[in-house]
Amino acid sequence: MDTKEVNSVNTPLIVSDGCCVHFGNAPALEGVNFSINRGRKVAVVGPNGGGKSTLFNALAGLIPLTEGSLKIDGKSPNEAKGKVSYVPQKDLINWNFPLSVKQVVEMGVTTNKVSSLFNRKKINDKIKKALQDVGLEEKINDNIKSLSGGQLQRVLIARALAQDSEILLLDEAFSAVDIGAQEDIMQLINSINLDGKTILIATHDVNNLEEKFDEVLCLNKHCCAYGDPSEVLTPEVIEEMYGSHTELFMNKSHFKTEGNNSND
Amino acid sequence: MIELILDPFKYDFMIRSLITAFASGAMLSILGPFAINRNMGFMADAMAHATLPIIAVGVFLGFSISELGVPAAILIAIFLGIIIKNTNVGEDTAIGIIFSSFFALGFVLISLLNVTINLEDLLFGQILAVSTSDVYIVVSLLTIVFLIVIVYFKQLLFYSFDPIGAEVKGLNTTFLNYLFLILLSIAIVGSLQTVGIILVLSMLIIPAAAAKLVTDTFVTSIKVSVLFGVVSSITGLYLSYFLNLPSGPSMSLVATTIFVLAFLSNKIRKKGSLATVTIS
Repeated sequence: MDTKEVNSVNTPLIVSDGCCVHFGNAPALEGVNFSINRGRKVAVVGPNGGGKSTLFNALAGLIPLTEGSLKIDGKSPNEAKGKVSYVPQKDLINWNFPLSVKQVVEMGVTTNKVSSLFNRKKINDKIKKALQDVGLEEKINDNIKSLSGGQLQRVLIARALAQDSEILLLDEAFSAVDIGAQEDIMQLINSINLDGKTILIATHDVNNLEEKFDEVLCLNKHCCAYGDPSEVLTPEVIEEMYGSHTELFMNKSHFKTEGNNSND
Repeated sequence: MIELILDPFKYDFMIRSLITAFASGAMLSILGPFAINRNMGFMADAMAHATLPIIAVGVFLGFSISELGVPAAILIAIFLGIIIKNTNVGEDTAIGIIFSSFFALGFVLISLLNVTINLEDLLFGQILAVSTSDVYIVVSLLTIVFLIVIVYFKQLLFYSFDPIGAEVKGLNTTFLNYLFLILLSIAIVGSLQTVGIILVLSMLIIPAAAAKLVTDTFVTSIKVSVLFGVVSSITGLYLSYFLNLPSGPSMSLVATTIFVLAFLSNKIRKKGSLATVTIS
């Protein structure tokens, strides 16, 4: 029995019950319902403006709900801070700062307590372990400006690992990186998932989701579908999310239609 | 040479000025690397200009500019922070409105209250007029800024690099935002007598920008920025002493010269490394 099986005890970790988020009068999320069990690897898909980042921001406690409830291990996102680590879209980070890989990963162990920074050995061990886990231990003293897009993404994942939180949110983790780097990141995510972490990844790529993820959450301001990708990614759900682009996905994607898998 | 260096020390006013120049140069350039990497130059300029009405009222009530330092800095930082956060006109626009309107208000108050301030000194600095109590205040402000940056360095760096990540991690980002604004405001108000409202920005951003050109890491850029800031302010003061030049503009021009040298050195270094890559 692997680590994932031990930790994945089918207990809900993230529960959204009628979650609504409005920006002024404009709805970003409306009545979203789902329940994600511990240790699951979930793809969050949907069109631009479909609410993927809004959901992540709500889970991270960055924006308040207008209605409904969102619970992380029975607590509100604000109360559950520390249980969630967030790898934001790259353009939300200020890359002007000439920081070393070590300094970025150390942010994962930085807290409000000034005294917590004095335990250098423990902190350095955590940084080294996180960098080993993402395969970048030899880059520890490199400047982040010298890294490739895929390496930067792995540094941010290492920062999240150093935080040692239960849930990892990755917003557009595969954007602006080449196919090889995408594969590397996916392998890394699989190994983190095997350690029992619950992982949510917002992605625009709806192809082969059933091979990569346990579940898919389909959003277009509301929850269009949630469950096993091979079961819930029907033409109707794709149309509900992407509207007139349905044919494009139907011709290219590997989703299962009713009683007929396009892979077959 | 040594005689030339020691010559200004014959006068008490020059000793006071040198200490103040050192403290102002160091205080502004510790924060400079944070400010330039966060694109806060315009904000810092607005902070400097927003001091004018406070100085007008303060001087009218009998306080010196240094004595007004900390309360004025806190007031300006909190006010700017609140206005920028709560207006939907965009950060630059909000800063621009505050910048110009406060500066205008300052001039109107100086006129209305009939305050006797030498405007040229206020705008371009008059370090030679600092009193002993001014020196104590500016050195105390440097100590406060230095200690707080050391203590909260990791948190300020995290917040500056990735404010969303810092908030998700559970850092008190509102506190960190206002803490930095207050530190910046303290450094600016504390340096007004040295370089004045108009030129204080140059001592904040030019040493930091020069340091960024010749260093590879953020921590080193702070150390080099402080070195450049102190060299600029002290050298500028010596130039003003020996050549009878205005002190604030002299400091600013020395900082600019250092920046030009750093820029050229950076270009030569890049060309050198490019040549090495091509040969190999």
